Amino acid sequence: MLMAKNRNPIRYFGRKIANFLREFGEISRLLGRTFSFIPRLGRDRILLFNQMEHIGTNSLPLVIVIGFFTGMVSAWQAAYQFKGLITFSLIGSAVSRAIFIELGPVLTAIVIAGRVGASIAAELGTMQVTEQIDALESLGISPVRYLSTPRVLAATMMMPILTIFANIIALFGAFIVANFFLDISHKVFFDSVKRFFHLKDIFSGLFKSVFFGGVTALIGVHVGLKTGGGAEGVGKSSIRAFVLSAAMVLILDYILWTIIF
Amino acid sequence: MIEITDLRKSFDSNDVLRGIDITIHDGETVAIIGESGCGKSVLLKHIIGLMHPDSGTVTVDGISIPDAKEEVLYALRRRIGFLFQSAALFDSMTVYENVVLGLWEAGERDEDKLREIATEKLGLVGLRGILDSKPSSLSGGMKKRVGLARALAMQPQYMFYDEPTTGLDPVTSDQIDFLILSLTERLSTTNLIVTHDLFTVNRIAKRVIYLNKGLIFFDGTPQELMQSSDRQVMQFVERFVR
Repeated sequence: MLMAKNRNPIRYFGRKIANFLREFGEISRLLGRTFSFIPRLGRDRILLFNQMEHIGTNSLPLVIVIGFFTGMVSAWQAAYQFKGLITFSLIGSAVSRAIFIELGPVLTAIVIAGRVGASIAAELGTMQVTEQIDALESLGISPVRYLSTPRVLAATMMMPILTIFANIIALFGAFIVANFFLDISHKVFFDSVKRFFHLKDIFSGLFKSVFFGGVTALIGVHVGLKTGGGAEGVGKSSIRAFVLSAAMVLILDYILWTIIF
Repeated sequence: MIEITDLRKSFDSNDVLRGIDITIHDGETVAIIGESGCGKSVLLKHIIGLMHPDSGTVTVDGISIPDAKEEVLYALRRRIGFLFQSAALFDSMTVYENVVLGLWEAGERDEDKLREIATEKLGLVGLRGILDSKPSSLSGGMKKRVGLARALAMQPQYMFYDEPTTGLDPVTSDQIDFLILSLTERLSTTNLIVTHDLFTVNRIAKRVIYLNKGLIFFDGTPQELMQSSDRQVMQFVERFVR
């Protein structure tokens, strides 16, 4: 009987669409409630600062490593594609624009989705299955105000800062490859960066990273608060938060790209 | 006063509560008993608005819980102390932070006063010198006591206990029972205890409600429960009597 139900494609897709719409509605409501507590942030600044440290400062080493290798790989990639077609003196501009517009913000966001989105879902999921969320409610404390608002705002604020670090380190990584392996002097490399530099490139990347940060934390909170089923449920929530956040980062990237450019 | 009228709740096709009517007067100590999964904890969570009923009404001091605005509900909850089955201490905080969190959130910022209150409430439950310990370093019984101290810190008018002795050894269970008894006498709270431990019921409760298959099967004193000739009730109390 169950198999027969699952085999009915109309019912199957209908259920999937209904679930998607319900979840979208829940996330939208959570977003609205999260922002409704912003006026109380002055009182809750300690919660916000703690999350800024956790999401921002503690993620910095990882962002630096990822940024450095991304920059190095993109320099090799550019050299591979330029070989025999375009002069290597333009590698600086090609790599820097790719880093500022796409690689810096998107890769940072995906790393943060793995580190922060999943950890928020696991933390809140554990709180949910061990009745700590109910305990907050029983003390007259809104879990949205106490848990969601500081996390979502901290991620929204820290993601552009992490992206700035990722951009700088990635550019440095690209320069190392260009200078040491492709024999491009620092003057040629940075002249090339400057020649095609547009402030819009950097700001568009930072603008996108604001949304990436917010959506990553929001999905982590939503998935965490919906966790059920003990330790297994917590594990599933962490994976789900990462997959959803990473997918949303890429979808948002496309949408924002079409709006900005 | 707590008034529950025709309360119904289902999870998918499972009817957990099928029309519950209970009135609990101020100062009463009522135990709600029943087999695992009969809806005891679900009932308790409806009273503080952690769950929303499918139909029926729940009012506490005249406030309709399902219809109450969030601020009203949170204000009411600050007058209700809740001891969770798992104690539900916040693992990321110390014992001190756990105990005073409600007060801090209610606006109390005087650190000396907060430490004094935490020490006093922990003293009430027989704990000393653990203010800066983390919950992970405490035993099950100690966690329950800290949970109790946290509930008491808000000076509640009502105390709800969800399975206060479940998972504890007999000696610690006895200690928790006597603790609840002495706190009830000292603080004059209205108590609602969800349990399937008949030792706890006999020691603490003045009134027992036996839930079975989502309905109230018995409502009377612990003595009447023990003397009941109903087969269903006899089956439930048999293990205790033996």
